[in-house]
Amino acid sequence: MKIRIKFTKQGPMKFIGHLDMMRYFQKVMRRAQVDIRYSEGFSPHQIMSFASPLGVGLTSKGEYMDIEVLSTENSKTMVERMNQAMVEGTRVLSYRHLDDSSKNAMSIVAAADYTMIFRENYRPQDMEAFFKEFMKFQAQPQILIAKETKKGQRELDLKPLLYKVERREQSVFLQVSTGSRDNVKPELVMEAFARYLGQDYLPFAMEIEREEVYADLGEEGSRRLIPLEDLGQDIE
Amino acid sequence: MRKLALPDEILLSIQQPARYIGGEVNMCVKDPKDVDIRFAMCFPDVYEIGMSHLGIQILYDMFNRREDTYCERVYSPWNDLDHVMRDQGIPLFALESQDPIKAFDFLGITLQYEMSYTNVLQILDLSQIPLHARDRREEDPIVIGGGPCAYNPEPLAEFFDLFYIGEGETVYDRLLDLYKENKQKGHGRREFLLQAAGIPGIYVPAFYDVTYNADGTIGSFRPNHPAAKETITKELMVSMDDFEYIEKPLVPFIKVTQDRVVLEIQRGCIRGCRFCQAGNVYRPLRERSLDDLKHYADRLLKTTGHEEISLSSLSSSDYTQLEGLVTYLIDEFQGKGVNISLPSLRIDAFSLDVMSKIQDVKKSSLTFAPEAGSQRLRDVINKGLTEDVILSGAAKAFRGGWNRVKLYFMLGLPTEQQEDMEGIALLSEKIAESYYDTVPKEQRHGKVQIVASSSFFVPKPFTPFQWARMCTREEFLERAYLVKDKFRQMKHAKSLKYNWHEADLSVLEGVLARGDRKLSAVIEAAYKNGALFDSWGECFHNEYWMKAFEDCGIDPDFYTVRERSLDETFPWDFIDAGVSKEFLKREWKQALCGTVTPNCRQRCSGCGAKSFGGGVCYEDKN
Repeated sequence: MKIRIKFTKQGPMKFIGHLDMMRYFQKVMRRAQVDIRYSEGFSPHQIMSFASPLGVGLTSKGEYMDIEVLSTENSKTMVERMNQAMVEGTRVLSYRHLDDSSKNAMSIVAAADYTMIFRENYRPQDMEAFFKEFMKFQAQPQILIAKETKKGQRELDLKPLLYKVERREQSVFLQVSTGSRDNVKPELVMEAFARYLGQDYLPFAMEIEREEVYADLGEEGSRRLIPLEDLGQDIE
Repeated sequence: MRKLALPDEILLSIQQPARYIGGEVNMCVKDPKDVDIRFAMCFPDVYEIGMSHLGIQILYDMFNRREDTYCERVYSPWNDLDHVMRDQGIPLFALESQDPIKAFDFLGITLQYEMSYTNVLQILDLSQIPLHARDRREEDPIVIGGGPCAYNPEPLAEFFDLFYIGEGETVYDRLLDLYKENKQKGHGRREFLLQAAGIPGIYVPAFYDVTYNADGTIGSFRPNHPAAKETITKELMVSMDDFEYIEKPLVPFIKVTQDRVVLEIQRGCIRGCRFCQAGNVYRPLRERSLDDLKHYADRLLKTTGHEEISLSSLSSSDYTQLEGLVTYLIDEFQGKGVNISLPSLRIDAFSLDVMSKIQDVKKSSLTFAPEAGSQRLRDVINKGLTEDVILSGAAKAFRGGWNRVKLYFMLGLPTEQQEDMEGIALLSEKIAESYYDTVPKEQRHGKVQIVASSSFFVPKPFTPFQWARMCTREEFLERAYLVKDKFRQMKHAKSLKYNWHEADLSVLEGVLARGDRKLSAVIEAAYKNGALFDSWGECFHNEYWMKAFEDCGIDPDFYTVRERSLDETFPWDFIDAGVSKEFLKREWKQALCGTVTPNCRQRCSGCGAKSFGGGVCYEDKN
């Protein structure tokens, strides 16, 4: 049986890298006695995959992983059980059943929401001016950046990959293309903005939080983003 | 959410920030305001090493069971963070509360290997605690040392307020009670140390004076205060089952060296290898009961979620209930995604059968530790492993599908001759030959691979070899080249691989292992020259140490290549580790004649450990 789990990653947990998060959850499964399925062979591993790795330093309110289980209690019980086996900073928000034919989260990730807020000692004196410039920057017809790939650098236009850019009080909200094809990290956007201003990029200037991760159920040419958890059903 | 001592900018600019944030599964959380005693427990090496250590987990668990005490952890910041902390004057902090160590009541440092001594100074320095015990003020923590290197604490005497000699489980409660009482009465540091000096196993170096003879050896070593004991007797748990094992070990986020449940099945060893300090100072052998171990295995796998369980002891094959325990582990946990690892097993029919059940034969290798290349020298060191046993074990394993063998040896053992060194290559060759004789061509999975490694022998206190002369760096390397040459001449040279350890490091380890108080100055000078993380090959700079010896006017050869007479007073002679000096002398003489001493279960050899009143010494021998 396929299960999709949504969880948070907060506070000091942001310093735990992706591979270590996987190790962490493998141990959570054992402590919470989730009846997870193992692969065959001499060194069996849990059937578990994450939707989209989160960079070290970022927090999140909406991370996803898919697992397969042999048996399960209802969603509410499983959420409680897992939360009892976890440390401060990580919380399971939902535990939902997926159809057997569902594609795994990793292969369908299409977009993600982020909010970014200045760290205390990096906040510009004039926030209004900052937002004015930022909005001008994102409204350009083209935002060309050099992206490092395995084959060297390639030029990429960020503009069509920025789905939403908004000011939300003192923070910047971004909805960007995410996934294996066009993965836009929010840091990349801020780096491009710094270059646009002709300033040095300050990597620690903002605290970044991922809010949600989406699949795209739209037909050719249109976009219909659905949070990954909405593709599953609560087990009663 | 917990607040961290380091800002994001620092944590995101260094390697492995998870080393410094705490918050791991099963971390103990208390409000420091609710306790009387704050104890910082330190392993002076990087997090991944320190977190792998069982002893700290035991003490952490034990201290935190006390309501009046909050025990937290601290490890050596790696070089990258070390620089940042020095530059910015950030005080070293504990992982749990992230509070500065200097605000604690105690700083306990475990001394597991000599090459961590400069890291001890780093810990004090970064904590902003005076390096020398005599310079500490009332508000500074009491600095305690313990662990195997505390059996010769003298090279570190200047830096510690007190040392705990022996196993931690026994008198720490008394020490903490005493501290609390002392604090409540408003008494100071000196009063506490004077009273602590009266507790068994506690050594307060400030209350002892040393005089030296003209030749540099010790003339006298005496208490300078009536509160100090003449002899410090090691502390020991008479019965292992009297002490509840850890309930919820810490589970780190990042991969550490020992990333599994560790089940201590017994303490001590019956074998009596003459080079081995652990085998001597942890006498007598004491087993845990099978029922308790089964219960702990269940509990620890549940509370940690680890996917592997490993047995820990000096020689697991000597555990009398091994078969029952291993069968239980396999029946209970195999097939539930739990790996079982069994280090320090003798290779025999039983262990091969077990190993073929728990590991992929094609991917794993067999390990033998003959330690010496010839039977003569194995008799000298009292390593009861014979060539026949090795060859028949290997042949059985080859028939079972194994084709990789690891062999461990030492070079520079007392009485070692050319034949003994060449024996390393010859034995390796015989094992290779046995593969080709045993396994028919069509059943072979490629060549047999035999990897032999030599470490250089370092004489340790409280072993029969504490009188032995140690080789120089050049002698070590000559011997390694000689062995290497012999390997090249072997018929199966292509199936054999030989490597050896760093010689400079071994020499330095030898200096510190049998060192005296005069070395405190050298360690401090080396640290100030930049020595840190000396046990890490890439961080080790011999020149920092050589300059330190020169500047302090101390000749390292005095501690290593000098011949010691049987009546010399050693710096560690004031400690009673259970094995008597008379026994060690007897063993040293037996070694020089190549006479084997039977193990504790065959016949008591009167080492002195029987006086503790428990363990193998009282086992029913019929």
